[in-house]
Amino acid sequence: MKKVILTTVAGAVMMIQAPLAMSEDVASLRGGNNLDVEAQMFEKKKQVQVQGGIKRNWELQPPSIPHDIEKDRVSLQENTCMKCHSKANHEKEKAPEIGETHYKDREGKVLQKLSSRRYFCQQCHTPQADAPALVENTF
Amino acid sequence: MTPTSKKRVMMGFASMTLLFGIVLGIVLWGGFNWSLAMTNTEEFCISCHEMKDNVYEELQETVHFTNRTGVRATCPDCHVPKEWIYKVKRKIQASAELYHKMLGTIDTKEKFEDYRLTMALSEWKRMKANDSRECRNCHNYVSMDLEKQQSRGADQHDPHVWDAMDGKDPTKTCIDCHKGIAHHLPKGWEEAAKKAGL
Repeated sequence: MKKVILTTVAGAVMMIQAPLAMSEDVASLRGGNNLDVEAQMFEKKKQVQVQGGIKRNWELQPPSIPHDIEKDRVSLQENTCMKCHSKANHEKEKAPEIGETHYKDREGKVLQKLSSRRYFCQQCHTPQADAPALVENTF
Repeated sequence: MTPTSKKRVMMGFASMTLLFGIVLGIVLWGGFNWSLAMTNTEEFCISCHEMKDNVYEELQETVHFTNRTGVRATCPDCHVPKEWIYKVKRKIQASAELYHKMLGTIDTKEKFEDYRLTMALSEWKRMKANDSRECRNCHNYVSMDLEKQQSRGADQHDPHVWDAMDGKDPTKTCIDCHKGIAHHLPKGWEEAAKKAGL
């Protein structure tokens, strides 16, 4: 009986303490601000623009986007990236052509148009900001 | 009646007619111009949900709506010519839009998307035919500072800027390249535009 009371008390103490201790450690990317306080404005970062493209870090890495994509839209109706990077337009626009894998379906059949599984460019290709990494990594 | 009094009555009648004509002219002409001006505002354009919920929403994402210096282009700036004769011509054509408003040709999102290509092509054709006149109300090859443009854009504009400087007609007009800059592009626009020679 004594044991039961002891564990109950210990448990109760822990339950009260635990959230207090945790709230100091947990910090989201948004910062450790309380919800009722306005978050601190982040410093605006310019997008990296690199003539000739950003070098790949490893073989088969989807190349990063070395230009602004603010005006680009990818939706069911349109894909403005293809204004320059498609097979038909890349020469005229002097832009790199999308890889030939992008014209294959999953059975390896070659398609006339951009494959639907490669349609959303920014799933793999992203613009880069000149900013310190948010999360440390050793890659 | 003496000849002089007869003459006086005639004179009075003539001046009354003239005065009436002038007043009527002012009212009709003024009313006509007033209604032209009234229907030439963004407020009027987006009083229909077809415009407000589709193209106006899209415009708000673009640089023609918000930008660094706060210059804004409204619907009529791009879609209605400024010169009187072209403006009236476009206004007469717009009566077809009233007819389609009554038919409900584009009264849902789905119908609008289905019809978008047709509408876009007709607007691109108009722009191409008038050498992008409405763009050139604000933008001008001769006023472009290529140094301040991004290299890709500068390279593309360069030959045309020099053509314009030399007083020659540039071989390309704005809409040839700048399609879908203020609104979304329709599905299959690229093939359709190529086919139409745009």
